[in-house]
Formats: sequence, C-alpha cells, structure tokens
Amino acid sequence: MGRIADTFARLRAEGRAALMPYLMSGYPTRGALLDLVPALEAAGADLFEIGIPFSDPLADGATIQRAAERALANGQRLPDTIAEIARLRAAGVRAPLVLMGYVNPFLQYGIDRLLADVAAAGIDGLIIPDLPPEEAGEIQRACAAHGLDLIMFVAPTTPDERISEIAALASGFIYCVSLTGVTGARRSLWSGLPEFLGRVRARSSVPLVVGFGISTAGHVAEVARHADGAIVASALISAIDQSPDDAVAAAVAFVRGLAPGTAVV
Amino acid sequence: MTAIETDVARPGRFGPYGGSYVPETLVPAVAALRDAYAAAQRDPAFWDALHQLHQRYTGRPTALSHAARLSRELGGAQIYLKREDLAHTGAHKINNALGQGLLAQRMGRRRIIAETGAGQHGVATATVCALLGLECVVYMGVDDMARQAPNVFRMRLLGADVRGVTSGSRTLKDAINEAMRDWVTNPDSYYLLGSALGPHPYPTMVRDFQSVIGHEAREQMLRLVGRLPDLVIACVGGGSNAIGMFHAFLDDQSVALRGVEAGGRGQTLGEHAARFSGGRPGVLQGTYTYVLQDGDGQIGLTHSVSAGLDYAAVGPEHAALHDRGRAQYTAADDAAALVAFQRLARTEGILPALESAHAVAEAIRLAPSMAPDQSILINLSGRGDKDIFTIADLLGVTLNG
Repeated sequence: MGRIADTFARLRAEGRAALMPYLMSGYPTRGALLDLVPALEAAGADLFEIGIPFSDPLADGATIQRAAERALANGQRLPDTIAEIARLRAAGVRAPLVLMGYVNPFLQYGIDRLLADVAAAGIDGLIIPDLPPEEAGEIQRACAAHGLDLIMFVAPTTPDERISEIAALASGFIYCVSLTGVTGARRSLWSGLPEFLGRVRARSSVPLVVGFGISTAGHVAEVARHADGAIVASALISAIDQSPDDAVAAAVAFVRGLAPGTAVV
Repeated sequence: MTAIETDVARPGRFGPYGGSYVPETLVPAVAALRDAYAAAQRDPAFWDALHQLHQRYTGRPTALSHAARLSRELGGAQIYLKREDLAHTGAHKINNALGQGLLAQRMGRRRIIAETGAGQHGVATATVCALLGLECVVYMGVDDMARQAPNVFRMRLLGADVRGVTSGSRTLKDAINEAMRDWVTNPDSYYLLGSALGPHPYPTMVRDFQSVIGHEAREQMLRLVGRLPDLVIACVGGGSNAIGMFHAFLDDQSVALRGVEAGGRGQTLGEHAARFSGGRPGVLQGTYTYVLQDGDGQIGLTHSVSAGLDYAAVGPEHAALHDRGRAQYTAADDAAALVAFQRLARTEGILPALESAHAVAEAIRLAPSMAPDQSILINLSGRGDKDIFTIADLLGVTLNG
C-alpha cells in the first residue's frame, strides 16, 4: 500500500477523519513549504495538498488566485516545488503529499518527465482540476505506472451514474467538491452535503475527502461525520495572510484549532 | 449516459486540438449544452427561427462590396469586402449571440453569462437578451472597459449587468476566467461564449453559427463576380469571424485562406497576440490549442491595439487548419492596422473595426503582388465607430467629450 492508503487505514483505526491542509507553494514566500509542512504535520495535519501556482486558475476563488499571483511574483516554479518536496522527505516528513495544479504547466513540463520527477521526490499523487476523466486517460495510465494516484473529483452536479463511473477509475481518494462553485472560505456548509456524500459513499470504495469552503473546526467535524477527510485551503491561506511576518505560527495555530474536528463521533 | 471513454476519438477534436478541459462541476453543464445543441442542430425549426431573425432583425444577408478605389490604388488584385460591419450591433458577433440565445431559450435558461473583450460580443449578447427577455451578466476586464467605454455604456443601455474584472491581465482572458467561475457557481445559467474557443461544443457550435458569413460570401462572389476569390483574409482573435468565413471555402482548393493575428508592438512575449509564431500547444480555458505562454506553462500577457484580438489562445480548429497547411496565419502590427484603418476610411468610406483593420492591412500588403484579374475577399468583421477614441489617441487628436 502507498502512503495515502496507509494513512486512511491508520486514521480509520484511530477513529479519526483526515485533516488535509492546502498550501500554495511559493506562498507567502519562496521555500515557505520547507517550514510550513513539518510544522503543520506536528500540529495535526494528516495529508497535504500542495498547490502549483498558475496564472489562470479558473476553479479558484479570489483567495487562492491572489496566493497564486503572489507565488508567481515570488518566482516559484514547478521544479522548485518538486525540489522542496524532495527536501521535506529527506527531512523526515511522512504525511502523504499530493500536488494540485492546472493541466497546462504539467503538460509543458512534459508528463513523463513530471511523473518520474514527482515520484522520485516522494510525492504521492496529483490533483488536476481542469482534467476531467474524459481527458485524463493517458495521464492516468502514466500515473499508475509510476505508483502515483491521480485524484478524481465528484461534484454536487455529478449524476449518480457518473459518480459510479468516476469511482471505478478512482485511486487514493475521491475529492468531493462540497458546493457548486469555486474555492473560497464560506460561513456555513451546504445543507445538501450529507445527502451528496451519502450518494458518493454508496457508489465508491475509496476514501472520500471533502474540499471547497471548509473554514472552521465545526465544518471539519460536520464533514468527519460523512466523509474520511477535509481539505482546508482558502481559510488557511487567509490565516497566513493576516500574519505575514510569522506564517508558520499563524498556520500552526489555525490547524491546531481545526484538528479537534477530525474525531469521528 | 454512456460510460466514460478516455481513448476513443470524440467529437470536439480537430486533429489533436480541442477537447473539454473543465472542472467536474461543469462537466454535466457542458454535456447538457452539447446534447441540446446536437438536438437543435437536427431540428429544421431551430434553423428556420434563426434564419427569420437574421433576415428581419440582423439584416442578413450582409452586403458584399467591391473596394474599387482601394483596389485601383494598390494596382493589383480586386478587393471585396464582406460587410459584417453592417449587421445589427455592428459586427459578426450577433450571428453567434442570436444562435446561442435561441438555444438558451430552447433549454429553458433565463440567465445568460458572457465575457467580452472589445465589447462587441457583450453588446451582441446584451442585445439578444433584450430581444428575448433574458437576464444578462457580462464580464469585462477593467482595462478593456477603459479602452472600449462606448460599448460598456451600450451594454448598460441594453439592460446588461456589466461586471469589471480586476484579476490577472484585466483583459479578455480574465473575463473568460470570471465568466467560467460564474458558470461553475451557477450551472443552470447559460454561458454564451463569444468566440470559437473553450470546451467542446463551443468551437463547433460558434463556428456553425458564424458559417453564415462564408456561405453568403461564397454565393455572392459566384453571383456578383462570377468566380471564387483567390484569397480569403480574416483577422483572428479567438477566431470566430475567420472560421465562419473560412468554412465555406475549405473544400475549394483554389482558394487560399489567410488568418491575421495581432502583431502588436513587438515580437517578445507580452507585446503581441501572434499565437502561431509565438506560442505552442497547451490548454487554456477548456481547450487544447496554440497558446502564448512562458517556458513554465504560465499564460503569457498579450498586447494589441485592438481589444478583440488581444487573447493568448486561438480557436482549436484554426490550430488544426494551421498544422494541416490549409490556412496560413500571419500577423499585422498595431501600426499597420492603424494605417489600414485610415486608408479604408478614405478610399471606401468605411471605418473598419481595429480588429478587421488587421485583415485589411494584410490585403494592402498582398494585393499589389497579385494580378488585376485575381481577387481577395476580406471579412470586414465589424465597424470602427467603437474605436474612434483609441484612434484619436493614437493620432494625437483630442476629442471634445
């Protein structure tokens, strides 16, 4: 089993859902991952989604757009991020690390070269929001050949039959989009979320991780009742944004505040 | 619903180009659009309704004009102008907006989202929404709003909610991002995309709605001139006017096709919008095509004097025509477009849109080397009234506001 499957098996045994922070590589400064990831792992994070900045992130709301613009302005490039992750592994980070990026920077890097470099760095999977399964065949086969999980999405708009088809292709976990919209912190979760997650659960055997709009420990606790993990992105970036001089302390405090929500009651 | 098939050749591909690279949230909405368009395509009543509107509202067929004085001055090929500038709202954009507006109505959609660069597509969409009684939200980069202020006011007069986009380069690309974010949030709205871009079925559907240009022009050339043109020229931003013109001539091997991109003010990335000479294949906003980008796959900034050509990617069918060699793609720079604008105004009494002026510039360059019994057909895709403030600025003239 890979790190992702191991992690979910262990958490299930512990009666916890996974807490998965999203960090934009190169934000708030170049190389910030090197400090943020170990600190957040110690603070209770179970897996990490590592964002690759892109100039045109059309699935993202304003917070992640701004973080991407800043990371690009900081000069963060894809090879930098891969190298930073290799250093994190060498430094003993054990949590699964999944790269999230739009398809064009990956295509320009070259898929074969990317997957070889990514696997060698100790990355466990890829999340590509503008690559639906219909366009993913070649990349998915290449991921499998490198022992990487290509994470599939389902959304509230996905019909049941399509959920079944996506579940049949899924590996690692399924990324359940918590709402019909773009990323960004929200005051409350969508009221239809439990029903939606129930529909996905009934049709899949891989862990379900929920993302988009999850902002508080209460949200995490609500998600933990119906799924296997929660991704927290924009709210974490906002927390970092408010304390630019001490990003690590701000992120740690925020993640510590979320961690109690992961207990499955 | 059929099972997900990841390998078979699918509709929506032009050679390797095209496809549908959209977030999962939008996949069902895009599929519903694809199915609704496929059904409309087979329904003669749909095309009849569109035809009626074109005759009674758009003012189709648009004229074919012989640019006699310009041709004489250049001393070479005879130049003919397909007068899309005479269509209602002043550009070819109405052809697509009406077609998609009828489709939205047929799908029972009440809220229309659109993006606009030069404002011509936004005006056309706002017009169609007023005509059909639909709610209209138009996203426009704030830089484009500044240089196309008259069109912003026109859209608002037509009842549209024009929303300025401040992200990224604050031009067309960013307006499309924002329109797609709105669509992700409101998949029951209808996204009325303005060019032959984006995920399948847009490149095919927009081309079909714009093909009326080429079909009319081909028939007019045969009837009025007695033969097909030797060369067809159209400007290429996203490429909808060009693909609409080219399509009727694809099987006419004697007819050369030439698309003209924006050469801007220089050849370095960020100074132009010449995707074929300066870009390479990649994915932008749902489609795989030639894209201006840096070595890391970050989308390049673009520049053109004309907002409608100022875009980092080109419609995927043009990418395929380029690779097959069926169409040639060149660029005209800002200065050449400005000269062509003034020359057409003085020789023919027509102010072309700055976008269309790029096609005129290419004809001015090529006509002298052709024989007087040869002919060039230009798609004069829009009129230039919207550009007079930009032109005045470039010419150093102060207009009393």
